[in-house]
Formats: sequence, structure tokens, C-alpha cells
Amino acid sequence: MKLEFRRNQDFWAGLMFLGIGAVAIFVARNYPFGRLLRMGAGYFPTLLGWVLILFGAYIMVKGLRKAVKVQGSWPIRAVIVLPVMIVLFGILMERAGFIPALAALAFGSAAAGKEFRWGEVLLLTAFLTVLSLAVFVWGLGLPFPLIKGF
Amino acid sequence: MDLFHNLIYGFSIALSFQNTLYCFIGCLLGTLIGVLPGIGPLATIAMLLPITFTLPPVAALIMLAGIYYGAQYGGSTTAILVNLPGETSAVITCIDGYQMARQGRAGAALAIAAIGSFFAGTVCTMIIAMFGPVIAEIAFEFRAPEYFSLMLMGLVAAAVLSQGDMSKSLAMVALGLLFGVVGTDVSTGVERFSFGFTELADGIGFVVIAVGVFAVGEIVSNLGDLEERIVHTSRVSHLFPTKEDLKRSIGPIVRGTLLGAFFGVLPGTGPAIASFSSYMVEKKLAKDPSQFGSGAIQGVAGPEAANNADAQCKFIPMLTLGIPASGTMAMMLGALIIQGINPGPQVMVNNRDLFWGLIASMWVGNLMLLVLNLPLVGLWVNLLKVPYRLLFPAIMVFSSIGIYSVNTSSVELTLAAIFGALGFIWIKLGCPAAPMLLGFVLGPMLEENLRRALLISRGDPSVFITRPISLAFVIATVLIVLTMAVPAVRKRQSKIAG
Repeated sequence: MKLEFRRNQDFWAGLMFLGIGAVAIFVARNYPFGRLLRMGAGYFPTLLGWVLILFGAYIMVKGLRKAVKVQGSWPIRAVIVLPVMIVLFGILMERAGFIPALAALAFGSAAAGKEFRWGEVLLLTAFLTVLSLAVFVWGLGLPFPLIKGF
Repeated sequence: MDLFHNLIYGFSIALSFQNTLYCFIGCLLGTLIGVLPGIGPLATIAMLLPITFTLPPVAALIMLAGIYYGAQYGGSTTAILVNLPGETSAVITCIDGYQMARQGRAGAALAIAAIGSFFAGTVCTMIIAMFGPVIAEIAFEFRAPEYFSLMLMGLVAAAVLSQGDMSKSLAMVALGLLFGVVGTDVSTGVERFSFGFTELADGIGFVVIAVGVFAVGEIVSNLGDLEERIVHTSRVSHLFPTKEDLKRSIGPIVRGTLLGAFFGVLPGTGPAIASFSSYMVEKKLAKDPSQFGSGAIQGVAGPEAANNADAQCKFIPMLTLGIPASGTMAMMLGALIIQGINPGPQVMVNNRDLFWGLIASMWVGNLMLLVLNLPLVGLWVNLLKVPYRLLFPAIMVFSSIGIYSVNTSSVELTLAAIFGALGFIWIKLGCPAAPMLLGFVLGPMLEENLRRALLISRGDPSVFITRPISLAFVIATVLIVLTMAVPAVRKRQSKIAG
């Protein structure tokens, strides 16, 4: 049995369930537990926490006994850039308005891909901005401020 | 006749100008996105969900249903034309459909797929109209213990029967239930797992999880692994199948429909299982089984009818019991709840227009797909050539605007970003996200019914096995787990998945 943790799918999955279960129980200890007859706010989450710990432990042990490798590649850039762009979109929506937020999101997302062609991305950004304006603001009438001063 | 009255009432709603329009938009958008590479039906519905919130409930559900079977149909189109199943349900269609296309009979294959789907859709519309009210009638007798056991059965079955690792699916259900706990506890008013964020007091938004996991998470994963594909297509000519084709397809279509309807009402059995069994049945019944795999039209007709029947009958437990039998149905249920409709058998009484209007619109939508999509095949083929690097920024833009539009909250966007990253990690760790979504949707109801049941029984947990209907659900749950734990069945499942 060779323990190769780094790419062992079930080991990490099990660990994740175990960890979340433990956190759930830890946080839920502050909520009134109650009894079976009248369950408090903490009863159900604590129960779920234990279920997660049991499954997590089982999956982890299974992974250690028979390793399945994590498949495919890790697009590190995409994992970081795309979530950050969504957060940035939210900030820009509140500070700068719909058009700058959209343009930043479209452009930044495109930058997360494998290929990046300047001309194409600029065109795409313009197209998506206009399309979204047409669909959401003019079409569906969502009340977003288009551009705000900083 | 009651059934007749109800159906006519349904059509009067479905055929109103507004609803016909939304059904049409839904079918068109669904097919369009279903054809595009790298976007599954769950991501499609998640992305378009916020748009439907601006509509009245009936129109919203009709449009979502249109998107759902439109996407399914788009998946079959790509399966036949370029050997790429848009989604798992179309995997089987690839086998003989693509061979037919290579022999220059793509038109016939597409037409038979459309006709088979339409036939299945018609039959299933009738099945829902006939059995829906009966099931709802029975469900009116359900009390908290029955509901708890029923939901438990639904969740366990959906997790266990879906492809992949059983223990991980079940753990994902529990995780979904836990996400459902976040927010103010309805019974005691205690704020749970909100970590001081007022935005979390109402719980995690359905759209946040749906879009984060199924749209963003999928994009990240695709950016790692999806290969830009080269599309070879021959021109599609001779759209109409020959008489011989039709004659050979009738049997498979009828049998496929019945099989699909049967698997459809079972929770967790994806359309892949229905179409796979239909394929096996047709291969057994065929006079010349050697044709299968090299362009037998029966191998397209049966499975296509089966997966459409399955997709449509999945609506039965969702509409009559409020139990989603698949990830897509969890999306539909989430949409219902957001529209302020309390799911369960009372939908049929309190929202009569929604129930019958939706059922009638399914038939209308199937007809639209049949009439509209065949002439549009050329357009779909061209769409296939759109490279993914142009598509995913568009999905990002639409998803983010969608999330923001629900509550105009940037905190929800941050949450969605976190769920996007989680969704990617789950894909990598082989943890299926659909069971999590089911758990998340049903979580609050499950907890409430558990509490109520134990309150009625004065804290005696045996209430779940002393009431006959509840006991039946509990026994069924145990049986499902036991059967699936038997290695032979699991082996067959992984064969389907592969």
C-alpha cells in the first residue's frame, strides 16, 4: 500500500466532509440543543455534523485502502481569476455602475482562459456589454445605475 | 370527464399569448445553449433562473420547462451530428445516431429523434394529467411523519441511484442539508451559521448555490480539461425518414416511452438509465442485432423516446409531492419556492392554473421543438463551431448579473464565488453536486417535518415505523440502499456511466 496523499481523491473528499462536520458540531454547540420531543436549533445541525463525520471517515479510509487519483489538470489561473472577477463585479456594481462592472467582468474572465487574443477579447467585451445592457436594463428594466462617479 | 376539463383548462392557459411566447423562448434558448459545448442543462437553467423571476409564476415555470427539454433536445442533436453528447442522456444516441450521420442519413436520424421525443412527450403529458391528481389525492393524507420518510427516501434514492460513488453522494446530501440550515431557524428564531453576516439571516440564496456550483464551477473545470473541438459536418439533406425507417421505429418508440415513463417516476434514475435500457431491449428484440452500432435507426428511436419520457415524468413527484427526483427538478422546485409557491399536493388546488398550464405547455413545447428545430438544424451546426473561449466569458457575465439582480447584493456575489470554487473542487474530488442541491432544497422542510413528527408523537421516534405509509417509505429506503450495495448492480451502473 503506497500512500500518495497529494492526488488521492477519496482521502481529500473524506477529509473535507470530516472537517465540515466537525465545524458544524463546533458552531452548533452554541445553539440550544433541546430534546427529541422539542428539538432546539442545534439538534438538526449537530446530527448532520455527525453524519458528515461518519461518512467522511469512511470515505477517507476507503481512499487510503484503494487510491483513486484526481483526474485532469488544475487550471490554477481560472480557479483564482474567475471567483475574484465575480467579487470585483459586485464591488464595481456598487461603486462604479453597471457598464464599468460589466466590461471589467467580461474582459477579466476572458483573461482566465488558455488563449488570449487582444482584438477578439475587446470585441467580445464590447459585444457582451451592449448585449447585457439591451437584455437586462432596456429589456427587463432592471434598475441598475449605468455609470457612477467614484 | 374531469381529465378532459382539466386539460382544456390547461391549454387555455398554456396557449395564452404570453405563455406561448415564453414557452417558445424557453425552447429556443434551451436548444441553443444545449447545443453549445460545455454547458449542461443544470448550468443552463441555473444561469437563466434569475431572468424568470421577473415573470409571473406560471410563465416562469413554463419557460424553465421549455429550457429543460430544449436543452435535452439540443444534446441529442449534437450527439447525432458530431458524436458529442451534450449531456449524459444523449450518450446512447451517439452510438447509432452518429453512424447514421456518417452514412449521410443525419436528417433521418434527427427527424426520428424528434418524432420519438414528441410521441413520448404526448404520452407523458397524458400520464401526468391522469396520475398526477391521483397521487396528490393520496398525498393529502400525509402528515409530518409521512413527509419526513418520503423526503428521506427521495434524497437517499436520488443519491444512491445516481452514477458515481454511493458514500460520497450520500455525504453530499448531508452537506446540502447543512447548507439548508444556514439562516434564521423558523421554529425558534435562532440565527444559525450566519457568522455575523446579516445577509445570511435569510439563508443562502438558491440562485447563489445553483449558479455558483453549476455555472462557475463547471467553467473552471472546463477551462482545465475541455479540448477545443474540431467539428466535421456533412450537409444535412433529406430531412424526412423513409417509410421503411418509420415502420422500423414505431415499436422502439412505444417501448422506449413506456420504459422512460417507468424510470422517470423513480427518483435518482437519470435519463441515461432509461435510454440505456431501451437500447438493450431493442437490441434483444431486433431481427438483426448486428446492425446495432453501425447505424440502426431503432437504436436512435427507442433511447430518444425513453430519455424524453423520463425527463417529462420526473415532473410527477415534483409537482404532486414536492419531491425533486433529479438536479433539474431541484432547480424547478427552487424556482417554485422563490415564486412564493408552497410545494406539495396543495399546488394542484391552490395553483390550479400553474399545474394544468404547465402540463399543457409541455405538449405545446414538444410540438414547438418538432416543428421549429428540424428546419433550424443548419443553425445549430454552425453554433457548434463557436469556440469555448468566447462562450465562457458570456456565461460569467450572465451568471453574475443574474445573481446580483435577485437581491442587489454584492455579498451574494462573493458567496457565489466561493461556491464556484467549491463546485470545481467537488468535480475534482468526484463528489456529485446534484445530490447536494436536492438536500439544500429539501433541508428546511425535512427539518420542520422531523420536528413536527416528533412533537406529535411526544418524542417517540417509533412514529416513523408505526404509521403504515411512513413505514413503507422507510422499508423502501432500506431496500434501495441494500440493492445498490450489491456489487452486481453497481457494476452495471458503472458500465452505463462509462
